[in-house]
Amino acid sequence: MRKTLIQTNFCEIKALLSLRGKPFHPAESFKEQSPFWCLDGLSEEDVRTVMARSVCAKSAFELWGHGRTHSELRTSLLKYPSENMTPFMQRDSTYRINVYTFNKTLEFADRIKRIDAMEYLPFEGTVSLKSPQHIFCLLEDYGTDPNNIPEHPSYVYFGRWIADGQRELIRSHSVKNRHFIGNTSMDAGLSFIMANHAKVKENDLVFDPFVGTGSLLVACSHFGAYVCGTDIDYNTIHGKGRSSRKNQKWRGPDENIRANLRQYGTQRSYLDVMVSDASKPVWRDTVLFDAIITDPPYGIRESTRRTGSHKDITKPPDDFCGESHVPVSMAYHLSDIFTDLLNFSAHHLVKGGRLVYWLPVYRPEYCEEMIPLHPSLRMISNCEQTLSSHTSRRLITMEKIKEPEESDALAHLSDPRFSPYQGHNAFREKYFSGLNKKLGKDDSMDKVNGEGQEG
Amino acid sequence: MKLLTHNMLTSHVKGVTKGYPLLIKATEVKVNEVEFNPEFVSRMIPKLEWSALVQAAEGLGHLHELPAELTPDYEKNEEFLKKAHRVLLEVEVIEGCLQCPESGREFPISRGIPNMLLNEDEV
Repeated sequence: MRKTLIQTNFCEIKALLSLRGKPFHPAESFKEQSPFWCLDGLSEEDVRTVMARSVCAKSAFELWGHGRTHSELRTSLLKYPSENMTPFMQRDSTYRINVYTFNKTLEFADRIKRIDAMEYLPFEGTVSLKSPQHIFCLLEDYGTDPNNIPEHPSYVYFGRWIADGQRELIRSHSVKNRHFIGNTSMDAGLSFIMANHAKVKENDLVFDPFVGTGSLLVACSHFGAYVCGTDIDYNTIHGKGRSSRKNQKWRGPDENIRANLRQYGTQRSYLDVMVSDASKPVWRDTVLFDAIITDPPYGIRESTRRTGSHKDITKPPDDFCGESHVPVSMAYHLSDIFTDLLNFSAHHLVKGGRLVYWLPVYRPEYCEEMIPLHPSLRMISNCEQTLSSHTSRRLITMEKIKEPEESDALAHLSDPRFSPYQGHNAFREKYFSGLNKKLGKDDSMDKVNGEGQEG
Repeated sequence: MKLLTHNMLTSHVKGVTKGYPLLIKATEVKVNEVEFNPEFVSRMIPKLEWSALVQAAEGLGHLHELPAELTPDYEKNEEFLKKAHRVLLEVEVIEGCLQCPESGREFPISRGIPNMLLNEDEV
């Protein structure tokens, strides 16, 4: 991931903890921006389960001691109950001590010095570098500014290693190596994070109404869910048309969503994909899905389309095959996409089920009030990922809390005419006009870098 | 298209009130082997219209001894779940179409994928 999504990390861990039925209990010293988080009230099993799913978290440790200096660490460690230490320090066991320095590289000799300095702890076992039974870690925090690395760490921790996160999934499921991709295939890391936000679990039924090449479904199938999707684009659903790969002109026969699942060994998860218009749903009016996860088109790299009559008839897209003609496409206004999506989710999610989607935002006009709402859905989180100085997208997570009612007094909120998001309908124009905008004398460098005030 | 999916689809042709279930006219049907997962089958059953499932399977000639009525306590009945699994997930319509029972409008299925797009005058 190009940018670290701190808030997305927070939401991912929170969602995974709630899958375990556990709340997020930060310790007193908790700072969301810090790469080190201390949480209370979790069992080792809780931690293992969360780490088995998280792509944001690197490693998890049972904290034994901490402090601003090594001296404070030592005091803290000597206070840690020895009965909690001894099970992992038995004479017949093996162990090793790792040293992790965040934002600094240590010479080998310095690492050894630090390991040796821990000898005041009652280690009885033998050191084994290859496959120790217990791994302990000394962690040093040298801040987050790579251009300003202090000589001494601002904080140090010592603990017993429990588990690593699933960052390897980002590499193993990289879109670069996937059979079937498109121009806007979601990268692997974000797909897994979205699946975690949605609390996707084994035997869930998950739907993506703008499925494209199925990246989100791949992530959900990895966590054991059964998946289905629809897309208005015939060629993409059938795996036909022009390739998105550099040296390839047309897509090959094994390029489709089903093939992607087969590539990762989760073909049993494949339910169906269909060519369908998300604004005209084809599903029976009943609760069906445990989660709806999607990345709707923003109108920039993919057009927003729907079927219907329109005074200004838009030329149908250049088709590889005549069957894929979308009958008289009309512009699918961005605000309508999200209103429809929320309405659809309210009707078809199980109670407690989640909707997770990306909402494109024109930053100078953004305010929290413009996030689309629905009386049957509760907002869980809203995490920003900056795309450019004036655009970003927000990862929205909502949870269904009740069945929609005909007579809902707040129903007007889901009416597109009242949507404060209306202003973003011209997102495409704003996106491109911003890029072409020359720097006038009113523009400061700060604004261009996205750090200045917003209008 | 699998029969689990078919069971959840309805006709969305404008003005149609009795669009469920869609009739299946298949010219090619395949039976694939899919890993049996009793928990998943069990979870899906409450979402289904059982009679529509039986009707669809029968119409395709792939009933596979599926009972006409839901067996009580089906969650623990592995034999029943295996039959349900076969019909829901292993039977696939590869070529053919889905037909709206009220308007007669047909939605083609090709390479196992239904095309549910409507024309401008039907919307």
